[in-house]
Amino acid sequence: MERVAVIGASMTQFGQREDEWILELLSEAALECLEDADVEASELEHLYVSNMASGEFEGQTGVMNALAHDIDAVPAYTQRIDQTSSSGGAGIYAAWQSVASGASELTMLVGGEKMTHRTTGESTDVIASLTHPVEYKTGVTLPSFAGLTARHYLERFDAPRESLAKVAVKNHKNGVDNPNAQFRKEIDEETALESPIVADPLRLYDFCPITDGSAALLLCPEDVAQEYTDEYAVITGIDGATDTHVVHERDDPTVMGGVVESGKGAYEMSGRGPEDVDVAELHDMFTILEFLQMEGLGFAEQGEAWKLVEEGNTERDTGDLPINTSGGLKSKGHPLGASGVAQAVEIYEQLVGEAGPRQVDAEVGLCCNVGGFGNCVITTIMEAAQ
Amino acid sequence: MTMEATRYQDGSISYPGHPRGPDGAEPVETIDLSEYTAEVVTWTTSTATPPGVREPNHLAIVDFDLSEAVDDGDQSVRAIVQLTTGDVETGDEVRAVYEDELREPGAGIREPDSQEWDGYRFEPV
Repeated sequence: MERVAVIGASMTQFGQREDEWILELLSEAALECLEDADVEASELEHLYVSNMASGEFEGQTGVMNALAHDIDAVPAYTQRIDQTSSSGGAGIYAAWQSVASGASELTMLVGGEKMTHRTTGESTDVIASLTHPVEYKTGVTLPSFAGLTARHYLERFDAPRESLAKVAVKNHKNGVDNPNAQFRKEIDEETALESPIVADPLRLYDFCPITDGSAALLLCPEDVAQEYTDEYAVITGIDGATDTHVVHERDDPTVMGGVVESGKGAYEMSGRGPEDVDVAELHDMFTILEFLQMEGLGFAEQGEAWKLVEEGNTERDTGDLPINTSGGLKSKGHPLGASGVAQAVEIYEQLVGEAGPRQVDAEVGLCCNVGGFGNCVITTIMEAAQ
Repeated sequence: MTMEATRYQDGSISYPGHPRGPDGAEPVETIDLSEYTAEVVTWTTSTATPPGVREPNHLAIVDFDLSEAVDDGDQSVRAIVQLTTGDVETGDEVRAVYEDELREPGAGIREPDSQEWDGYRFEPV
């Protein structure tokens, strides 16, 4: 099996992109990524597109073939990857497989979503359509699942409500230094705690925004990476896993089995453990998810992630394990199919020393991309090239 | 109208039912949950609801005690339900109240004929 290197990365401006639709967003990230690695599109052998719902949001299907044509990558093999909110991570897994297996010598992954032309209610409904019929008819939304889980977590583990607000404050602070983030604005705890209720006990600032955007990665076998660049990262561990489709059927509402299982697989492949991780991008679509992933990935014992946040251990500049240095989905934004790719873009930039004011000292990075409410999860471990 | 949980060969119970249970166990019978009271495990009030959903929408994960219905295996099962009120606490006992439409068919993205839309909301006992 080939070791797989990441030799290029890009991310468009995330936010409300009024003049661009899905095809323009994908092309923008793809061309920027090729330019970053100084590679021609005609050299691509495989081209993957992570996208959850361009058909539902925009009435545009076949986006992978359209992108191949638009950037002049024909006749590269292409495929669209949909795994709901973890489409980006699933795309990394597919792109990694294509290179690791020897099927492709040069693979590009582009993730993107166009959402903001829809109302909040419509977008919420598109996302909620992933639920089982008995869930859907109750009107449950992904934010509602977060509210249900957050109440259970806070009551069961006697965690202060303020600890969730601290996650939002931290990630907004980090997003200020990310020029492509949707929100580059610091908030304080009081603002988070007094914002409008969305799904009790969670409030507006516990949730990520609705976002347009795209991100891309370029992958090749490690043994040829230096033909392209001296600065690259290596995917040393990756795995994906599922949990129950019906959320209430899980034995413990505070354990995301897909996080646990995909994390175990990624750690095993890389030979690393949670103690080796220097920086992590976690799927903070809701603040409570940052706690659940910290615990599922072994960064904290069950019910104790909030203590690490309270103690400042996840802060970018002072913490032992900086989490969401990019600003996370919370401030960077969450264009569904792009989010998992953008997590890896941040880890790549941290590992090759291109994160600018967000830079931390990191040799090993991890990203965890969550689909549904933990229904599908991909965990990826990347390391700086030695 | 019933609210059917499924019991499998190995004694496990799920709501909703699936073609196969844990370890591939086949379904053997159904249990109508609307005949039982349940305990609130956790709850939320959603104020940002999709098209066709009442606002605010009170939701809970509840736990049904089925010890009177089964002699062995699982003695309880959980479900997500709508509540009639947000004036509840974790641990409260709730019971089923029939509703013609839990949300408006066709207002959202899902095909109206693809599933049922009536069901039960739950009120404090």
